[in-house]
Amino acid sequence: MKLVVCVGSSCHLRGSRQVVERLRKLIEENKLEDSIEFSGIFCLNRCQADRVSVKLDGKYFSLLPEEVDSFFQDEIMSKK
Amino acid sequence: MRKFDTKIQYLQYRAMTEVSRAAWNNTLQEEILDIPRRIVPGNIPTMRCCVYKERAILAERVKLAMGGDKSNPNVIEVIKIACDECPASGYEVTDSCRGCLAHRCQEVCKKDAITFDSKQKAQIDKTKCIDCGLCAKVCPYNAIQNHTRPCENACSTVKAISMDESMAADIDGDKCIACGACIYQCPFGAIMSKSYLLEAIDIIKSSQNNTKYRVYAIVAPAIASQFKYAKLGQVISGIKALGFHTVVEAALGADMVSASEAKELIEKGILTSSCCPAFVDYVHKNFPKLVDYVSHNLSPMATIAKYIKENDPTAKNIFIGPCTAKKVEFQKPEVAPYIDCVLTFEELQALFDSKDLDIVNMEEDLLDNASYFGRIFARSGGLSDAIVQGVKEIGDADFVAEPVPCNGIAECRRALLMLSRNALKGNLIEGMACEGGCVGGAGILTRGDKNKADVDKHSKIAQEKTITESVSQLP
Ligand code: SF4
Ligand code: FES
Repeated sequence: MKLVVCVGSSCHLRGSRQVVERLRKLIEENKLEDSIEFSGIFCLNRCQADRVSVKLDGKYFSLLPEEVDSFFQDEIMSKK
Repeated sequence: MRKFDTKIQYLQYRAMTEVSRAAWNNTLQEEILDIPRRIVPGNIPTMRCCVYKERAILAERVKLAMGGDKSNPNVIEVIKIACDECPASGYEVTDSCRGCLAHRCQEVCKKDAITFDSKQKAQIDKTKCIDCGLCAKVCPYNAIQNHTRPCENACSTVKAISMDESMAADIDGDKCIACGACIYQCPFGAIMSKSYLLEAIDIIKSSQNNTKYRVYAIVAPAIASQFKYAKLGQVISGIKALGFHTVVEAALGADMVSASEAKELIEKGILTSSCCPAFVDYVHKNFPKLVDYVSHNLSPMATIAKYIKENDPTAKNIFIGPCTAKKVEFQKPEVAPYIDCVLTFEELQALFDSKDLDIVNMEEDLLDNASYFGRIFARSGGLSDAIVQGVKEIGDADFVAEPVPCNGIAECRRALLMLSRNALKGNLIEGMACEGGCVGGAGILTRGDKNKADVDKHSKIAQEKTITESVSQLP
């Protein structure tokens, strides 16, 4: 799986660091380092969204830091 | 609305703006010969002996705006016909000498170079004089004056400038560190840096609105002290309006460098910084035995550019900063894969106006990637503070970082001499070639004490407060 978090200025100010830190932790805990390609990009061109932009295998999501766990459960763990 | 400090900057800016405008329109070949006349119309000279000389010099400025002399590997060039061949005779006695009785000048001269003529006026024997200047200091009438060239003065530590056969300034590329100090000091604007504007425009145009690849602007933290007529957020909007995909802070690269340089310092015990390419070049050219002390980290510019390309392999990175030495750095083999082009703030201003972008009427966009510590790299002492913080965050209680911040190349030289004699009072040399640090770089629009205050102000509002947190934001 390809997981990209936007680390551009708008998303950073909305908490992209917290999103990245939580995702990093979840990937580690679930030992998914080899199956998830985790990267960052400066601006996914979705600055208009009101949350942090995330792209998973071409599909876009918009997340608050506190929504990361349910996103991870629904979109990654359940689809493995 | 005042954009520049000097008329020289304005002239070079006009040449760069016209060249850029034509480049965007694909009409450079047709327009190139008309540009000097456009900038100096009419028949009445305002700067030189005649309009023809004024235009001839402008033609040279146009050439520099287009990349300069390709056969000259140095990025700093002398416009020979613009050089006024200033006197370079050293200390001389002027008519103000009153033929006094005290003869303090003669007393103080260690070389016995001063005698008196039949009217009791002082004479300096040039074969003995070493230009130490002691006589000038003691003369109660200020009758002894130093005639050195402003360019040579600016280069008094590096000593890369001399005179050629025709008395024009000449730069020795083997010594020059491309800091650009001479550019600002020459009152005739005879020394300039090469521009890579055409490359930048080509990169942006060929991206076809960032569809072929994305073009990133990596901006130096000194940007917070520039474009004083507009808000920083408007400058960011302006950069995006030029066709960049987005704007990233080089200061985030500085955070990454601080984290790993702090580790390197603890490991090695003694270190010099490696962010300022002019300083690094100076060490290589003048203190080859100390090269191993130079940090192995890439500069903040190259570090963040590398991250961008690792995560977006087709990306093109254009660095925009205050620095002429970066124009050399980006062509080095270890940096060339990451940085595609380097522009200065002066060149960015020319790009704005070549597209008639009125940034003061734009909305404010956002710029926030780096921490307080990454941003203060822009001014002297900032790197030192950041490494001290980096060591603290690593939490090694036994190690104390003792930085020696060197403000300008003369201070760098002194610290390097101490290091070579094992007499450095400290364990980390912060080497910045420009006085004040990058906020005093050769490619800035406006200089002055306010620049440091502006950088500090911008640093304090960074969202990330520590280096560790800042670095942790990147997957
Ligand atoms: S101090 Fe900064 S602006 Fe000056 S040469 Fe070094 S890196 Fe460039
Ligand atoms: S900064 Fe995240 S989408 Fe633009």
